Amino acid sequence: MAYKVFGLTASDQTSLLRIAILGLISIVAVGSRLYSVIRFESVIHEFDPWFNYRTTRYLVDNGFDKFWNWFDETAWYPLGRVVGGTLYPGIMVTSATIYNALHLVNIPVDIRNVCVFLAPAFSALTALATYQLGKEVKNATAGLLAAAFIGVAPGYISRSVAGSYDNEGIAIFLLVFTFFLWLRSVRLGSALYGALTAIFYFYMVSAWGGYVFIINLIPLHVFALLVMGRYSNRLYVAYSTFYVLGTLASMQIPFVGFQPTFTSEHMAALGTFGLIQLVAFASYVRTLVPSDQFRMLIRLSILGLFVVGFGGLVLLTMTKVIAPWTGRFYSLWDTAYAKVHIPIIASVSEHQPTAWPNFFFDLNMLIWLLPAGIYFSFRELSDNHVFLILYSLFAAYFAGVMVRLILTLTPIVCVMAGVAMANVFEIYLDFSKTKAEAENMAVATAPAEKEKEKGKSQGGAGEPPVAVAAKTLYETAGFKRFYALFPKIVVVANFLYFLCMFQWHCSWITSSAYSSPSVVLASRGPDGSHHIIDDFREAYYWLQMNTKADAKVLSWWDYGYQLAGMADRTTLVDNNTWNNTHIATVGKILASDEDTAYELARRHDVDYVLVVFGGMLGYSGDDINKFLWMIRIAQGVYPDGFKEEDFYNAAGEYAIGDTASPTMRRSLMHKLCYYRFHEVMGPQGFDRVRKQKLPKDITLDNFEEAYTTENWMVRIYKVKDLDNYGRSHHAVSAFEGPRFKNDFVF
Amino acid sequence: MASETQADTRAVSLRSLVRRYTAQTPQRLRVIDAYMAFCVAVGVVQFVYCALAGSFPYNAFLAGFGSAVACFVFAANLRMKTDPQNRHQFPGGSAEGAFGEFVFSHIALHFVVANFLG
Repeated sequence: MAYKVFGLTASDQTSLLRIAILGLISIVAVGSRLYSVIRFESVIHEFDPWFNYRTTRYLVDNGFDKFWNWFDETAWYPLGRVVGGTLYPGIMVTSATIYNALHLVNIPVDIRNVCVFLAPAFSALTALATYQLGKEVKNATAGLLAAAFIGVAPGYISRSVAGSYDNEGIAIFLLVFTFFLWLRSVRLGSALYGALTAIFYFYMVSAWGGYVFIINLIPLHVFALLVMGRYSNRLYVAYSTFYVLGTLASMQIPFVGFQPTFTSEHMAALGTFGLIQLVAFASYVRTLVPSDQFRMLIRLSILGLFVVGFGGLVLLTMTKVIAPWTGRFYSLWDTAYAKVHIPIIASVSEHQPTAWPNFFFDLNMLIWLLPAGIYFSFRELSDNHVFLILYSLFAAYFAGVMVRLILTLTPIVCVMAGVAMANVFEIYLDFSKTKAEAENMAVATAPAEKEKEKGKSQGGAGEPPVAVAAKTLYETAGFKRFYALFPKIVVVANFLYFLCMFQWHCSWITSSAYSSPSVVLASRGPDGSHHIIDDFREAYYWLQMNTKADAKVLSWWDYGYQLAGMADRTTLVDNNTWNNTHIATVGKILASDEDTAYELARRHDVDYVLVVFGGMLGYSGDDINKFLWMIRIAQGVYPDGFKEEDFYNAAGEYAIGDTASPTMRRSLMHKLCYYRFHEVMGPQGFDRVRKQKLPKDITLDNFEEAYTTENWMVRIYKVKDLDNYGRSHHAVSAFEGPRFKNDFVF
Repeated sequence: MASETQADTRAVSLRSLVRRYTAQTPQRLRVIDAYMAFCVAVGVVQFVYCALAGSFPYNAFLAGFGSAVACFVFAANLRMKTDPQNRHQFPGGSAEGAFGEFVFSHIALHFVVANFLG
């Protein structure tokens, strides 16, 4: 062990190696998230990131004060949105800080690039935090393995590829690091680490609504330890410091406000705080008075207080002083709740329950290492291990309920897999004892047996067995060495194979499933040629260049953030789905017949209507396929005159074209999507998504086609002004004839 | 009868509790105890005021009450960590270190509280 390489002692060598490995892990973590930038360009992805990007730009341009007090009148027209008070500012402030810091040292980087590369950069930090966590609960080996896992695990990559500029990108780092600090503060009983936990908790609160997970899991850990009779002064120091500081700090975020004092989500933490004060006091008194009776008295009074406190909580909830659990949280317990009561939540695909292959898809072999990790945690079961077990169980449950919560499961799975793997490697990679074992066995008397299968021994033994004919095969030193080595080699080779497969799987998933910006699409022609489909940006750019600056654009809420971010136009609804009624109104406009829709659209000052249509390309995420949800949401708010069944035809099918139900054919959505579409697809044309025949002769009088993109993916219509002579638009059309009949040029 | 004897033992054990406290507690810890009692008093006064006069500037009340609770808790931490009986429970901690942590927690706390008072 005492070899010196380059004048470094063994421990120096290990720490150097560790740093090098962590550096490599960081590089891999960042590198594997760059597919989308390489294939497409440095562009912000999807929907929510566009809002974050837009607000970040606003913050950088206008400074923090204006950002904090920003009232955005271009969103949720005519209501507007108090942006500063209804967002988690963590990610914007982080990027703006990085941007300003870089500009301070004269690196003129564009804010878009800061935003695009923020999530990959933080994934490297997450790997480091996971290393610390693994080291805290097991040892550096487990830490390194866990870091390597989280660096490439698709469950986390899905939310942190370059361009996916969303809260989760930094929140997972904060989650892991907060938990690491928490575990260390519990182990050391350190108020310093407790305070740091609170500070990072505050950062987490500022960054993501998932902070509720922390503020429930940590009290649960404390409560479990108390119930297990594991109260210690260390626990008291850690938890009370964390709770008072963390709670006061979390209330500084306007979006959270005073919630920690009156919503059920935060009451568990408060109750545990009260409980641990009592337990601490009792345990202190017990050191003074060791009398049994007194102890009994204290135990009873604590039990009584607990019952009173819990009863009070229930009473306060029932009298509405404390807000009950919100619907979003109910849907975690009762998976059918959202579908019945809040269709707007159920309509989002990432809120659906997880299908089982998803676990394997996102975590590969880690998912079966999780139980092994739990097993090893049970074997040691220190305070920290109790936490790991609780975290595993709860995160696994939540991940099963909602697809997107696989994200919170991923860190613990990586840590647990790291622990399990480290345990395996500790035994099977330790060759120092193998030689001694082999010699021991050689000395020990083995039962005499006839020599057989000479050839087989050649596999592991160095010396030919023929030469030692006097001994039986099993007594030869070579065989003993082989016998001691063989299982280790088999196991290690197996796990190395799994590790290679894991890495391969992760890269493949990342490149094939998680690296599409969804703003820009790609397709391959039959000859292998590569096509970029850029219809969304084309349409948004058209809007920006060709419409008035204060034009109001109506679209389904999915495209609200993109419209605001790319087209810079006023929207009626967007992805911040805070006003269900408003969304339902938009749904109603799109589902009503042309005249009703026109009436409503004019009343809402709508200038343009934008629909996304995939029939030409076979893009299945288009508005016709989302239409049923629009109807359901509209139906929830405007129950009269609206029925989902009316949109199915007589055969009960959700059809389009001439086989569709009359209501469907009359609906604005159907008209806007298929208007003039048969002209380009020909008389035998098919909708490539629905695989159904196209409707013919769709008339559209109240709306006027303004723009259709290259692949017909986005269609923009202008809401016509009132006729100068006060006629209805139908009358005008009848008088003038169909517009494109004669001057049809294509 | 039973309740009487119970009350008796309670009185006895309470008395012995006080006796042991005065006998066992060093001067330093008693100072901390007095400070903790003061924190409780401050908290109670604020709470009573809030109950009587209403909680209108709720942030101010929360900041004041929260800082009273936090001061109490931090003092309790300091007390636990400086109690010579508890030495073995805190690996790698010293009285000076505990005081340093106490100061750090307070800096973080009052930064928040000052921001919250409004």
